[in-house]
Amino acid sequence: MVAKNPVRKTVLWSLLAGVTMFGFAMFVMPPLYDVFCEITGLGGKTGGRYAAEQPEVDQERVVKVQFVTTNNSAMPWEFRPLTDAVRVHPGESHKVEFYARNGTERDMVAQAIPSVTPANAAQYLQKTQCFCFDQQPLKAGAEANMPVVFFIDPALPPSVNTVTLSYTLFDVTDRQSAAVTARN
Amino acid sequence: MAHGPAKGIGRWLRATNHKDIGTMYLWFSFAMFLLGGAFAMVIRAELFEPGMQIIKPEFFNQMTTMHGLIMVFGAIMPVFVGLANWMIPMMIGAPDMALPRLNNLSFWILPFGFSLLAATLFMPGGGPNFGWTFYAPLSTTYAPPTVNFFIFGIHIIGASSIMGSINIIATILNLRAPGMTLMKMPMFAWTWLITAFLLIAVMPVLAGAVTMMLMDINFGTSFFNAAGGGDPVLFQHVFWFFGHPEVYIIIIPAFGVMSAIIPTFSRKPLFGYSSMVYATAAIAFLSFIVWAHHMFTVGMPLAGELYFMYATMLIAVPTGVKVFNWITTMFRGAITYETPMLFAVAFVILFTIGGFTGLMLAIAPADIQYQDSYFVVAHFHYVMVAGALFSSTAAVYYWIPKWTGRMYNETMGKVHFWVSFVAFNVTFFPQHFLGLAGMPRRYADYSLQFADWNMVSSIGAFAYGASQLLFLYNVIATIVAGRKISDPKVWEGAEGLEWTVPTPAPHHTFSTPPAIK
Repeated sequence: MVAKNPVRKTVLWSLLAGVTMFGFAMFVMPPLYDVFCEITGLGGKTGGRYAAEQPEVDQERVVKVQFVTTNNSAMPWEFRPLTDAVRVHPGESHKVEFYARNGTERDMVAQAIPSVTPANAAQYLQKTQCFCFDQQPLKAGAEANMPVVFFIDPALPPSVNTVTLSYTLFDVTDRQSAAVTARN
Repeated sequence: MAHGPAKGIGRWLRATNHKDIGTMYLWFSFAMFLLGGAFAMVIRAELFEPGMQIIKPEFFNQMTTMHGLIMVFGAIMPVFVGLANWMIPMMIGAPDMALPRLNNLSFWILPFGFSLLAATLFMPGGGPNFGWTFYAPLSTTYAPPTVNFFIFGIHIIGASSIMGSINIIATILNLRAPGMTLMKMPMFAWTWLITAFLLIAVMPVLAGAVTMMLMDINFGTSFFNAAGGGDPVLFQHVFWFFGHPEVYIIIIPAFGVMSAIIPTFSRKPLFGYSSMVYATAAIAFLSFIVWAHHMFTVGMPLAGELYFMYATMLIAVPTGVKVFNWITTMFRGAITYETPMLFAVAFVILFTIGGFTGLMLAIAPADIQYQDSYFVVAHFHYVMVAGALFSSTAAVYYWIPKWTGRMYNETMGKVHFWVSFVAFNVTFFPQHFLGLAGMPRRYADYSLQFADWNMVSSIGAFAYGASQLLFLYNVIATIVAGRKISDPKVWEGAEGLEWTVPTPAPHHTFSTPPAIK
């Protein structure tokens, strides 16, 4: 059938090319971009749990670390940092806490997604402990203080004096998959 | 021939004849051209003097956005599809397009797509106001609620383009007259074959980009939302992966038109035919690997900036080959300057100027200064207006005697050309100065030091707009009252199969394939 009608063959091939390119844009480009950003450190995404040995503290230098929070538009919790900013020496561990309260009348599960500005500082903000590594269940009306332990890698580019760590809180009650967790 | 066209409106609604569909594409694109032009007049009227006079800034943003969208997707792309419908079957000796009913569908969904888009202007919240490049998060988080109409409009327009391209590829690859090898095809057919491949490759990417926007806006995903683990810069990459090939989709068929008109009026065969084919293919290939030169300021690593800078400059090589070939075709030719040739010569000169400013913009460190300034506006209007629009205007004057069997009025054509040419340069040349002096684009107001050149530019724009009404008059006057002609070869120097059929071209041509020497 296909061989007998060359027009049909051309059309099928062209259609296939079109559908492939749509799939490429929707399902390949975003993950590819993520991988690219992870390799180059662009895009402001932080790494996972830091497990290696902590570097030496650089007493000479002071870096300001700011904390901001955002709620995803579908997320009704109260969510804010208990400390707005700290000044740290690179290499020195710090613990800060974030406050969350589930003001709704149902039990919910949340997931926080971190992001760092400027982008070239992202790979130098290391977290040894973070609530964003896990999902956060809160019963209706419950509240919690959620800790982050982090340090700034002394290799942070000298041009960076202020680093902003941002968390966005998502409602993941309805989805049991760990897909979101895997990306933090 | 077996039968003529059907009677009444059914001829157009159920059209499967490539000439009828081509005619509808041409009229539709002209209507969109006037609409987009009207938006441009509003923009230039507001920018006539500093300060806010006529419209509100929010509406100004809608005007710049809609002007860009309508001109790119509604005027320039369909006009070349219309020319392809009319001319490609006649140029390659085919009886019609390969898929006539698909052809009907790809035309008739266009009015619906543009109605969706244009209707947003009358809805609460107003039309799209985020620029024709619709960068996220302007087009997602901060978009007016009508953005969903914009998204579906783009989906429909994209589907139309993809179907049209599949049709053109199927026609060119399968319906050529026996003996017409690919390397014997007219350049216009070649350029459209390459353009159609580009369209099939990148229109789905545009559809993907707007689909991701749709999901971000309505279904809680975060493709382009940094707060949700996405990245707005990803939008720019996806958009320009579509957008850079898109600018060649717009200009490559114009190259084909030039390669038809310049040899005719120089009375010489096209110089360097095969190098033209390879240069066009090279431009098409390079268009896929240079997209990030639109984004030099997003914070790319140095290696990225350098790569995109050099790759972009490489495009000047095949483009230079084409310009060289056109000039060499004219060299020592017995040139006469009928209206199509005037537009063609203006194309070569002005498109080259636009190409040189493109080279300036390709220099990454310089682009950091020029980006988002009026210099960019001047650059792309030199290639879009003096490139794509001048060439499609030339094409209409060149082929309208064949379409209608009537000759246009040469004096009126020349008046149209000279007013257009002068007004175009008065409009856009000063915008180079404005941009270099630091005037940013897309603002409803500007500082006082930019006042004089903006007034000059606005006066030029009004004259250019008026000259297009003259074009409309010329076309209608030709159809209604033009001098009747019957010579199949309308122009003395014209070569090609389309000049072997009677004038005016009958409803059906090449029902039996012609013999190719």
